[in-house]
Amino acid sequence: MSWAHKDLIAIQDLSRDEILTILEASTSFKEISRRDIKKVPTLRGKTVVLLFYEASTRTRLSFELAAKRLSADTVALSASGSSFQKGETIMDAALNVLAMAPDCIVIRYPHAGLPQKLARELPCSVINAGDGTHEHPTQALLDMYSMKERFGSLEGLRVAIVGDIRHSRVARSNVYGLTKVGAHVTVVAPDTLLPPGIRGWGVEVSRELDPVLKDADVVMMLRVQKERIDEQFFPDEREYAYFYGLNRRRVDLMKEGAVIMHPGPMNRGVEITHDAADGDRSIILNQVENGVAVRMALLYLSMGGNVDAD
Amino acid sequence: MLIKGGRLIDPADNRDGLFDLLVEDGRVREVLDPGSATAGEVVDASGCWVLPGLIDMHAHLRDPGYEYKEDIETASRAAAAGGITTVACMANTDPVNDNPSVTQYILDKASGVGLVRVLPVGAMTKGLKGKELAEMGLMRRAGIVAVSDDGRPVLDAGLMRRALEYAATFSLPVILHCEETSLSARGVMNEGELSSRLGLAGIPAAAEEVMISRDVLLSQYTGVPIHVTHISTRGSLEIIRQAKQQGIPVTCDATPHHLLLTEDAVRTYDTNCKMNPPLRHEEDRHALIEGIRMSQVDCIATDHAPHARDEKDLDFDLAPFGIIGFQTLLPALMKLHQDHDIDFSQLLACVTRNPARILGIEGGTLAPGSRADIVIFDPAPRWTLSEDMILSRSRNTPFIGWTFTGKVVRTMLGGVTVYRAG
Repeated sequence: MSWAHKDLIAIQDLSRDEILTILEASTSFKEISRRDIKKVPTLRGKTVVLLFYEASTRTRLSFELAAKRLSADTVALSASGSSFQKGETIMDAALNVLAMAPDCIVIRYPHAGLPQKLARELPCSVINAGDGTHEHPTQALLDMYSMKERFGSLEGLRVAIVGDIRHSRVARSNVYGLTKVGAHVTVVAPDTLLPPGIRGWGVEVSRELDPVLKDADVVMMLRVQKERIDEQFFPDEREYAYFYGLNRRRVDLMKEGAVIMHPGPMNRGVEITHDAADGDRSIILNQVENGVAVRMALLYLSMGGNVDAD
Repeated sequence: MLIKGGRLIDPADNRDGLFDLLVEDGRVREVLDPGSATAGEVVDASGCWVLPGLIDMHAHLRDPGYEYKEDIETASRAAAAGGITTVACMANTDPVNDNPSVTQYILDKASGVGLVRVLPVGAMTKGLKGKELAEMGLMRRAGIVAVSDDGRPVLDAGLMRRALEYAATFSLPVILHCEETSLSARGVMNEGELSSRLGLAGIPAAAEEVMISRDVLLSQYTGVPIHVTHISTRGSLEIIRQAKQQGIPVTCDATPHHLLLTEDAVRTYDTNCKMNPPLRHEEDRHALIEGIRMSQVDCIATDHAPHARDEKDLDFDLAPFGIIGFQTLLPALMKLHQDHDIDFSQLLACVTRNPARILGIEGGTLAPGSRADIVIFDPAPRWTLSEDMILSRSRNTPFIGWTFTGKVVRTMLGGVTVYRAG
């Protein structure tokens, strides 16, 4: 089976089989990062431009390493120090980048919709590294990869996603992806942090965390952004942590073999305590490792790679 | 001048049939049975509809201050081409039309252009800031026909009450854009499943309905009539329907885009589908259409809101709200007539008789003695809207590429031709 898409914009756009194809392809790339010489010539001569118009450490680093380990040339452009700050419209900036003939643009952007627009208008591959509160498809793919790696199959897996679902592109992409591959998703949040209409997305919704923990195979904690307190989505960190934080007591409610995930960066002491984040159940660092492999697979597939080729 | 052979549709005069129209000295002298009179100048309207010039009671002409988007001349050309002969223009210019000097400037410039009647709407509050009453009385003397803070709703209920009472003192109709901005907050599209899916902040229906409820109650309490502009939800219509039943003096309008489009159009992040109030659900759209059929929606107004390409060519979050609408008003009415089987004269009343009554202005009819503001409209041709047809300075419309039926052949203002199809 060959990969039909030039771009990766949203998990919403992918079928179940396409998601599984990406996860399958990722396995062969994971091994490369464990070699002594962590480089293959697969994308030699290809240029990947990383346009990051929003703060990011791990996603950008992950993409950059992924591209470099496939021998692609990378150029990174971040918001500070770019012409974006001087008022150039983003489309102008993109066209300028395009004039330098990249093969792939990886873009992170604070507003929804731009990756879709770039994909429509540019001939090169476009990979969405997070746009506003829309989607963060590569994060969801690496999360699903990590779950699959751990549990063997995603079918019937019980996943709890806890926290600010409303403003989280990670939660959205995970919900779309996990429900497509047959996992059972429960989102846990106060009503203020649920996106309108989520009950139509094939998930269960719970206002309480404790009852969800005993059945969940995966507990994914989301970052709480401090500005949501100013916007009155919840009263303060103390109350949030009391009802929705993952702590020692709650970790003990989790069933045997269940794991803890977090897309990072973490607010330790708010949505997750040290012992939860760093304990035996945590696979947070596996997520990070797998991120490189999944992104290698995506870069390879998007730039014309064939799934059957090694 | 004799306009002969056409089908005259004039809801105000309760006429729909073949009549000839005798025009003298800028006024309709007589409405005659076909072929019963001759005149020196004869305009053959055979096969066409002869309509009163349209009244658009909600538009933004951007002049003074934002002439790069539109000015009174470009707006007038576009309106005339759309069969609109009277335009009420909102006060959010720079400077704001909150004093008689700005009112006078608009009127002077419009009469210099002379293509359509431009009726300024004055601000209710100084600078549209919702803090102090604007000089409504002096602006009335200078020529405003109504007051409105339009997109900057007066949030202070006490001040709104005073504004209603003060406007009534000068017999000024009050046009209200109802929005509780603490509920719409940073929203950019209709709030619901789709906004969540697109990752865009939503504007809930309640933002509109809460404010309409408040203003209906203030209208009931003060007895001052209010006109709620561009309602967009089924709930809004329901509140207004009930208010009307109780005898509260409330009227309302809807825009062509809320009657033709739903939030579905936002799926591609097309900023030409970003407007406030936002495009809503199909059930809201249908409720509004039924509202027109049941005469609960009184008027159709464009909310013509030109924005330059550079401004619209931003992220959906950042682009300004609004679309142009003059040249697609009559085509939209035809589409509603054809797709939803609404009597055309009922639709026409929403852009002629009804806005004239609500604004208390002359026009909107071709009864004998009326001003000869006339549209000759050929209902037959099918055509597709392309950018080069747009006469506004800005081209921000989601209707590019739409196929419409019927074209304006000629527009007359006081018997003088101000537009003729090329």
